Parts: sequence; structure tokens; C-alpha cells
Amino acid sequence: MDLFEYQARELFARHGVPVLDAAVVSDPESAQTAAELLGGRVVVKAQVKTGGRGKAGGVKLAAHPGEAVAAAQAILGMDIKGHTVGKVMLAQTADIAEEFYASYLLDRTNRTWLAMASAEGGMDIEEVAATKPEALARIPVDPVEGVTEAVARDIAAAAGLPPETAPALVALWEVFTAEDAVLVEVNPLVRTTDGRILAIDGKVTLDDNARGRHPQHDAYDVPGEGGDLESQARAKGLNYVKLDGSVGIIGNGAGLVMSTLDVVARNGADPANFLDIGGGASAQVMADGLGVILSDADVKSVFVNVFGGITACDAVANGIVQALDQVELTKPLVVRLDGNNAAAGREILDGAAHPLVTRLDTMDGAAARAAELALAGS
Amino acid sequence: MAIYLTAHSKVVVQGMTGSEGRKHTARMLAAGTNVVGGVNPRKAGQRVGFDGTEVPVFGSVKEAIDATGADVSVVFVPPPFVKDAVDEATDAGIGLAVVITEGVPVHDSVAFRARAAAAGTRIVGPNCPGLITPGESNAGIIPADITKPGRIGLVSKSGTLTYQLMYELRDIGFSTCVGIGGDPVIGTTHIDCLRAFEEDPDTDLIVMIGEIGGDAEERAAAFISGQGGIKANVTKPVVGYVAGFTAPEGKTMGHAGAIVSGSSGTARAKKEALEAAGVRVGETPSETARLAREVLG
Repeated sequence: MDLFEYQARELFARHGVPVLDAAVVSDPESAQTAAELLGGRVVVKAQVKTGGRGKAGGVKLAAHPGEAVAAAQAILGMDIKGHTVGKVMLAQTADIAEEFYASYLLDRTNRTWLAMASAEGGMDIEEVAATKPEALARIPVDPVEGVTEAVARDIAAAAGLPPETAPALVALWEVFTAEDAVLVEVNPLVRTTDGRILAIDGKVTLDDNARGRHPQHDAYDVPGEGGDLESQARAKGLNYVKLDGSVGIIGNGAGLVMSTLDVVARNGADPANFLDIGGGASAQVMADGLGVILSDADVKSVFVNVFGGITACDAVANGIVQALDQVELTKPLVVRLDGNNAAAGREILDGAAHPLVTRLDTMDGAAARAAELALAGS
Repeated sequence: MAIYLTAHSKVVVQGMTGSEGRKHTARMLAAGTNVVGGVNPRKAGQRVGFDGTEVPVFGSVKEAIDATGADVSVVFVPPPFVKDAVDEATDAGIGLAVVITEGVPVHDSVAFRARAAAAGTRIVGPNCPGLITPGESNAGIIPADITKPGRIGLVSKSGTLTYQLMYELRDIGFSTCVGIGGDPVIGTTHIDCLRAFEEDPDTDLIVMIGEIGGDAEERAAAFISGQGGIKANVTKPVVGYVAGFTAPEGKTMGHAGAIVSGSSGTARAKKEALEAAGVRVGETPSETARLAREVLG
């Protein structure tokens, strides 16, 4: 789960990463009091989970509370790369002398943690990495030792950061480990003209697999985000990702579903979603999945692609037939069922003889049919 | 002789008395696996019956090893307990720990993997279906009855795509199929399996299945061709498949590790790297199976 800047700031503050006072509002009127409490002069920042908000006009300096209200008015509701701004953060301002970059993240290649730091802060770090790789220090972090004061000083030295940043780097490591994050990033980390070290902007990605031991993180999960269909699917415990095409997809196993999307696309139609219903493929899960997919107005056909492994095809077929009793099928459905007990499973589906259901033996053939039906329905 | 797992492997199951553990222990036994014990400190000394076979429960992996000579552990415990379970197996000196559990926090995976690597314990997984040497032994949840013994070695990040390919090539059969798992941090990689299959006299062809996220496939390609070295590390033919061409940037596609980040981890880059290393890459699972047939003649 990616966090908003204000949520990341909250975690930074909790673990001792130095931050400026700030407040979050979702209507312009509240910006007045918030700005007054923060001392009058504030920066008003759009809260969106995407980069480039500064360029898009989503960050404005306000010299007094009146300006803060005007800035909030201008930014709230703004569309930044497809993200509608629902909240703005008002933060105190600082006189910046130097800007740095610091992050901890998972190094998948080496299967350990990596510290990245640079004296070129405030810029798009992917750009720094591409154009000036020598300016970005990458230091592996031992998972057992972690980032001690000494390690932090080494990181700072390797990247050309002043040694005074070390305590902030240690605190940032605290955020990373204590909150089960897979990414914590401060950009920029600054030194002010009066010598303070401050995290001005930050990004945190939490490990979804660790949600169980951080019940407080549930509060960060903003409902409705990612679209209504994704929220609806999540509420039913479905592994669903909304895409832009017209062929609804249901399959069992993440790899098989990804493969199904690809094969549909090769046949000229775009997949409308990713939906993995897992190994069991029970009637209830199938019905829930169909329900979500059929409520997507873009969907013109649905492709159910199941390989019967642990759960044999006859059980899967019974699940599909029962699901079709629970859900009103409004679009043509193509089913491919293969694997253990395939013959018995296919017989069950054929026996049900649903008028909108087509059954095909191969994944490639079924994908072609589903694509054809979607194109015909558009 | 296969890789990692043979008829001689002695398997203990951590979490055998739980519902998933019990169900799959029964299936492993039915597939001929030599399951010598389960581990559960609260049920030590008991015996669990599986259709005629009585399997003893031990209080710890160490006790199980001391009593039975177990060399493989299959881990079915729920996510919060996986780290302790794997650390216990590592500390007891197990040779191979197969972690089936999905949803393990990555901070835990990084820690137990580092500890296992230092101790010389091989980890397969987490978030994987395990591995099977058809006709000999099955450590995990791969359905044993979809294929037969043969001369193809298979390594895959995805469970169902593994089953799909095993099924499509069931008339030829497999030496060993390894589901390495779809998490961002896993114990055994494509490269480990490629190296083992290359050395395995019972494997003639390697099928390698990858998916979006990370750079494991690109590194496997470099390993195959011996990039920078004098000769290729893999001389046996390799047929590949990569899933996730249509996956959007920044979205996790089912597997925790299946995510395109910025411009890295795309299916296209992986396919191109594999092809540059001389791997024939299928456009669909069925075409991949056809390519495997062609290569074997």
C-alpha cells in the first residue's frame, strides 16, 4: 500500500524523523484556521499518490491564511495525472540551504535491503539515477545489523551528505523496520539556513503482507481509492485489478490469469481486469467475481479460464453452474476448463446448456472467441 | 535422479496438524513421498493417521531429524509463524525447507533467507506450490497425478502455469518441477534450478516460466549464455514463457512480486533477454509446450 505524503509524514514523526508541523484539510474553509495555527505562512500541497504535482500546480506557497484558503480552493478537486485531489496538506515553511535524497528499499536482485542516498536532492531520483548514476550512492544494509548510527554515518559519507543527517537516517530506518515498509523515501531531506535537518517530503510503501501485525495501518486504507470496482472487489476478498479493456477475465492462479490477459490481448481485444479466484474456484467466489465483472460497464464478454489442479475440473464446473444460478448473466461467457477430470467437468457445463455460455477446450481458442465476442459487442 | 528431491528424501511437515497441512500431507503420502513426521510442540508424541499410514508428531524439527534422519521440511504454518518455523528448520540443520505459505511479510523473508543462506539450508518459496519429482516424491501442493516421470526439468514462479505446462507435456513427463514462488524475495531462483538441471543427467530439456517483476529472468538469461564469461553455463536446450505483457505499471498482479515498477520488470524486457540468450520463448503456454516438443524432436 502506497501512502499519501501526510500519512508518511505522520509515520516519520512517530519514529523521530524530523518534520515540520502540518495539517490536512479537505475543504478550503478549514485551511484558514489550519494556516493560522501553523503561523500564517504555509505551503499548500495536493495529496495524490503520483509524482509531478509541483509541475501540475498542486503545490502553492501562501504568505498568510487568506492565501492558504485560496490555494486550497485552487488545488482541491484538481486532476493530477488522473488522480483527483481530495485533501491538501498545509505545512510550515523552511529556509532551505541544501537538499538531499535518502531512501531504504528492497533490493530484489540481492534479496536484501538497500540504502540509496544522494546530495542531489529535490529532483526526480529516477532521472538522477539515469543521467548521473555516480551521484546516487547505493549501500546494501545488513538485515541483522540494520542501520546503526555508525552505518548511517557511512551512508551519509558515501553519498556526500553532511554527518548531521545520520540521526535522521537512523530514524528513517526505524520507520522502515517498525512499520514493515518496503520503501521509505525522503526527497528532499534538507539542511535549513539555521542548520536544522528536516524531511520536507516523503514517500512510504507498506508491505500488504504485514497488515496483520499493524492494525493501525487499516486507517491508511482510504475507501473508494482505485475506483469503485476495486473497492467492491476488495470488500469481497477478491484479488482484482481494474484495467481499461472490454474482456472480463476470471482465472485461478496469478500466473495463469496474467497469461490469460496476454493471450486475449494477442487476439485483438483488451482485457477489462485481472481477477484471480485462487485454487479452489468455489461457487461463491465465482459468483462474487462474476458480479464485480458484470457491473463493469466496459465489459462486453467474459472469459473464465480455469485449470483444474488441486481442485479437479468437475468440482470447478459445478461451481460455475451454481454461480450462474446466483448471478444474472448479461454478457456472453466463454469457459475453458482443462486439467484433472476435464472430461467430467466439460460434461457438467455442457449439460447445464446455458444460452450465453460457450465452452471451448483450449486456452488459445477460448481467448480468441472471447475477444471476438467483445469486439462484436462494442 | 532429479534435482533437490528424490525417493530417498525424508520429509517432515511443519504445520501437519493444521487443515491445509493435513490435507496436503495426505496427498504427498499418496504420491509416494516418504513423510517421516510432523512438527507441532503442542502435539508432540501423538500420531496422525492418513489412510493407513501413521505419521508421528515431534516437538521440534531437531527432534524429528534426530529420530528419523529427515532432510526436507515442508512448511504450512500461517504467515505470522513462518519466520520462526523456517529459522527453527535452519538451526536444526535441515537441507531443504519448502515454504508453501502465501502472505509472508517480506521483512521476515529477507531475515530467514539470509539466515538459511549462511547456514547452507536451501529454501524453496515462500508463496510457492513446492516441488515434485514425479514417481518419486512430492514436497508441497503440486497435483501429482497430472504428469509422469520423464526428462523435462521445469522451473516456474507461477503455480497454475506449472500445472498447465506439466499437463500439456504429460506424455513426455518431467524429471523435477520446481515452483519457486511469486514473492519478491525467494530462496531458490531460476538460476539455481538452471544450474541444477544442467548438472542433472536425467534432464534433457529445461522449461522456464517467468513473470513480471524484478530482474530474475534477465539474470537467468545472462547466466544461461554465460554473459561476460567464456562459455555458456547452460548447454541443455531451454524453452521459456513469460506472463504479464498486459500488466499496467505500478499494479501488483496477484503475486506480491508481480509488479512492473517504472520501466523495470516488464515482460517484454524479460522475453528479449531470454531470446538473446538463445532461449526459445513461447507467446502462450500452449505454444511453449509446442516449442518444447519441437526441441525434443
